[in-house]
Amino acid sequence: MEILVCVKRVPMVGGKVVVTPDGQDVDTRMSGFAVSPHEECAVEEAVQITQRLGGTVTVLTLGPAEAADQLRDMLALGAGHGVLLETDGREWGPMATAAAIADAARRRGVGPDGGYDLLLFGNEAADTGDYQVPVRVAHALGLPCVTAIKNLEITESGAGAGAAGGSGAGGAAGARARASREYRGIEEAFDLALPAVISVKEGINLPRYPSLPGRLRAKRAVIEQFRPEYRGEGLRKELLRVPPGESKRAEILGTGTDAVPALVRLFEEFGVLS
Amino acid sequence: MTVLCLVERDGDGAADASLRALAFSRELAASSEASGTGGDPGYGEEPAGSNPPGAPGENVAAVVFGPAAEVPAGALAVAGVTDAYAVESDALTGYAPLAWARAIAELITASSATAVVAAATDHGNEVLAHLAAITDLPMAANCASAAHASDGRYRLVRHRWAGSLLEDAALDAPVALLTVAVDAVAATPAAVPAKVTVHAFRPDLTDGDLAVCATESAERAGGVSLATARVVVGGGRGVGSPAGFGALEELAGLLGGALGVSRVVTSQGWRPHKQQVGQTGTRISPELYLACGISGAIQHMAGCLSARHIVAVNTDPDAPIIARADYAVIGDLNQVIPALVTALRERAGLS
Repeated sequence: MEILVCVKRVPMVGGKVVVTPDGQDVDTRMSGFAVSPHEECAVEEAVQITQRLGGTVTVLTLGPAEAADQLRDMLALGAGHGVLLETDGREWGPMATAAAIADAARRRGVGPDGGYDLLLFGNEAADTGDYQVPVRVAHALGLPCVTAIKNLEITESGAGAGAAGGSGAGGAAGARARASREYRGIEEAFDLALPAVISVKEGINLPRYPSLPGRLRAKRAVIEQFRPEYRGEGLRKELLRVPPGESKRAEILGTGTDAVPALVRLFEEFGVLS
Repeated sequence: MTVLCLVERDGDGAADASLRALAFSRELAASSEASGTGGDPGYGEEPAGSNPPGAPGENVAAVVFGPAAEVPAGALAVAGVTDAYAVESDALTGYAPLAWARAIAELITASSATAVVAAATDHGNEVLAHLAAITDLPMAANCASAAHASDGRYRLVRHRWAGSLLEDAALDAPVALLTVAVDAVAATPAAVPAKVTVHAFRPDLTDGDLAVCATESAERAGGVSLATARVVVGGGRGVGSPAGFGALEELAGLLGGALGVSRVVTSQGWRPHKQQVGQTGTRISPELYLACGISGAIQHMAGCLSARHIVAVNTDPDAPIIARADYAVIGDLNQVIPALVTALRERAGLS
């Protein structure tokens, strides 16, 4: 089972988002970076699948040279290969991002390793929340797709790799995915033939902590690099701003257990006590 | 000229998120007149049954998947919808994201749509992403507002970081594809109810469009749902251990509410992910959110933007939650909460 997991480097914003003076970016001078939470779960899911069925996990990101740090974090969790689609640091839109990822998947599909059987994504990036890159990649590669998945089972029937021509994917013949999620209190299950594109949500698993051997392996790993060409698209960011009312201050009811009577009065006022 | 809005059904009516998306669609349609774009009565051919006399330049149409007889026409009329397209297909038995998008792509032409709007639900985002890929159009997810600008483009406000950051954006596209951030717009009725004309629409679907189709299970039973609870008692890192949640659960029970937790609690394995409140967990909209031992990271606060009142219990008067809460108690939740439980039990005559 050859799996590609696409991740995004996002700032660790903690308690407050601060915007740069020009309103174009989140100020990251005081923050670190991490992989978007849904995507970390996608990597964990891929590692678990290959531990069970064999194969390799390739983790890919599109971002500045520093995004190699996030690839190494994911390699430490058990991914085998890293691919960096290096940008000049500009924010890429979802259409161009999807096109560059699809190109990378196709490139691999025509190479000696063959295509991917499964492409995993996080449901949406923590920062831009565009909700569309996985679906656009699926269309570009002509693959079935489902998003927002909280439970995934992969079954392999039959063996052998049947590389699916120029589609950029191909592999374990007859393999299928049963993917499900809860939607408005009802479980929705989907049955997909692989190769397929699936985006997952946090909660599908609990990502492991990297092991020491994993960290050492990640440090030494060679990351494959490409430089796709930037292109603009119809949706353009003009200004980022923090919503109004973000910096009020709570009225302090009291300290410790002395505040309990005030809490009870407040709950009465809110009408939440019977 | 039409703003076409995907309306998800909920029982016999329209889903609340879709009613919000309809209110958003009305604002967008009304902005065409103000900006002088679209809706010129002398422009081209008007689609059947579009603008009622005296209405703004664009009308709002709904697309509903299912038989025409099951269209929630009453709710759509209140929301100002003039035309409803009921997508009927023998092949389409359940939710099928690609097939839904294919049908809407056909409807863009049939309804002369200049914009397609959906609630930013799992279904809405998924269907519009497929539609965007099919049509090769840009898509703006999680919008809080949209309006026509005089330069022919759309001016949008989008949510980033699940609403903790706003993005002013310009959209240049022949048809705007927009999803509506679920807690950004209220489900207000139209000033004047509309008369709804229901059109049955049979899309042209292939087997490939139907390859991914949902099988639904029976509805799940369970206690108070976190998403709809009137009171949520939240616990974070400050709870300190899995055992510490006992008092919070007891308090939630006394208040007829649900227990919610922060991300660190689920990543420690202290509580299951389904209890997580936040950007990557459940969005809550209670009357009261009592946040105990929660620092107030934006990942968490993004899940409680719709809470009416937030009360924090925290040892740190400088924690970010204090800047987001309405009221706060400075103290250790492991002392405050048991004392509060005792006080509430006494008040209820339980002890």
